[in-house]
Amino acid sequence: MKLTLVTGLTGLLLLGTIVELLRRRQLREKYGMLWLAVLIIVIPLSLFPRLLDNVAELLGVASGVSLVLFLGIVFLLLVCVHLSWEVSALEEETRTLAEDFALLRAQIDADRAARDELVSTDG
Amino acid sequence: MVNGKRTLIIIPALNESGSIADVVGEVRGELPGVDVLVVDDGSTDRTADVAAAAGARVAKLPYNLGVGGAMRLGYRYARDNNYDVAIQIDADGQHDPRYVPKLVDLLDDNDLVIGARFAGEGDYNVRGPRRWAMVMLSAVLSRVARTKLTDTTSGFRAANRRVIEMFAGWYPAEYLGDTVETLVHTARRGFRIRQVPVAMRKRMAGTPSHSPAKAMIYLGRAFAVLTLALIRR
Ligand SMILES: Nc1nc2c(ncn2[C@@H]2O[C@H](COP(=O)(O)OP(=O)(O)OP(=O)(O)O)[C@@H](O)[C@H]2O)c(=O)[nH]1
Ligand SMILES: [Mg+2]
Repeated sequence: MKLTLVTGLTGLLLLGTIVELLRRRQLREKYGMLWLAVLIIVIPLSLFPRLLDNVAELLGVASGVSLVLFLGIVFLLLVCVHLSWEVSALEEETRTLAEDFALLRAQIDADRAARDELVSTDG
Repeated sequence: MVNGKRTLIIIPALNESGSIADVVGEVRGELPGVDVLVVDDGSTDRTADVAAAAGARVAKLPYNLGVGGAMRLGYRYARDNNYDVAIQIDADGQHDPRYVPKLVDLLDDNDLVIGARFAGEGDYNVRGPRRWAMVMLSAVLSRVARTKLTDTTSGFRAANRRVIEMFAGWYPAEYLGDTVETLVHTARRGFRIRQVPVAMRKRMAGTPSHSPAKAMIYLGRAFAVLTLALIRR
């Protein structure tokens, strides 16, 4: 009973945090939706840990709780992979930005040099 | 100038080299004295070159930011260059620039004016989940904005200075955020929104961004974005 209380409260606390972050626009929609979906699965499980016992038996896992742990770890791994993928995309974008910036600066320097040349030949 | 107001037409474009020249040409022909800014959102075709040749100013983004990202750039340009009115028009030729003066007229008493399908003019039809999504969005957003809105995802909008100022600092880049969330945000801040019936045409070239298979996902996302917009502040 005590354990159910601890896990259930943790789940609700996380839910509240994520909804509040979304409300304050600190979390982008795509990440927020992901975490909300996770919590909607996790909260019933934290209240009724035996919910998955039948599925566990079917898969040959000793208890529903170890199945949840296993699935949890797989899910966290997937999230890590996803974040690495997002970071790679971001790195590629900043690289493109830096190139654009350097090209612009080269263009401006070239224009300025051309103008100075004109002025000095005039004078 | 449209009705004495300095007007900027903002056209977000992604791979629209087939239609952009005609759209820019038509806008400049119908509305002499307006400035046209095409925001090329990382197109892989010659959209930017074609638009510039047709007489538009072109802002080329280094990579794709989505319609919302392109539009915030457009509104920043409008704010920095002191325009009275900024009007968003699609690059595929579906919006008829002859409606622009009507939109600008209504800005005298409103802050954001939307050119809407399904409001009596034209015969643009949608069915299935996409239609349900539109019905849901219209019903909810009409209540939030306290005015009848039938086409909440329309990309044909006119904004006055106050709304330009707001959009230049805040404009969501997320899918559907650029239409649905901006409406909720604008209405909540006390701006007046109005719609004008417009006839929509078939796109001139290129492919539409939505396939029927995606309609169901669209409905789900519309619901999620709407809920989020309503609980946000
Ligand atoms: N900047 C930018 N513009 C885009 C992007 N995707 C589409 N657009 C432009 O947004 C406008 C509307 O796109 P459409 O694909 O016609 O979408 P729609 O009008 O809602 O749908 P259809 O009824 O199928 O035409 C067009 O001007 C496109 O060029 C994007 O990723 N970035
Ligand atoms: Mg279109």
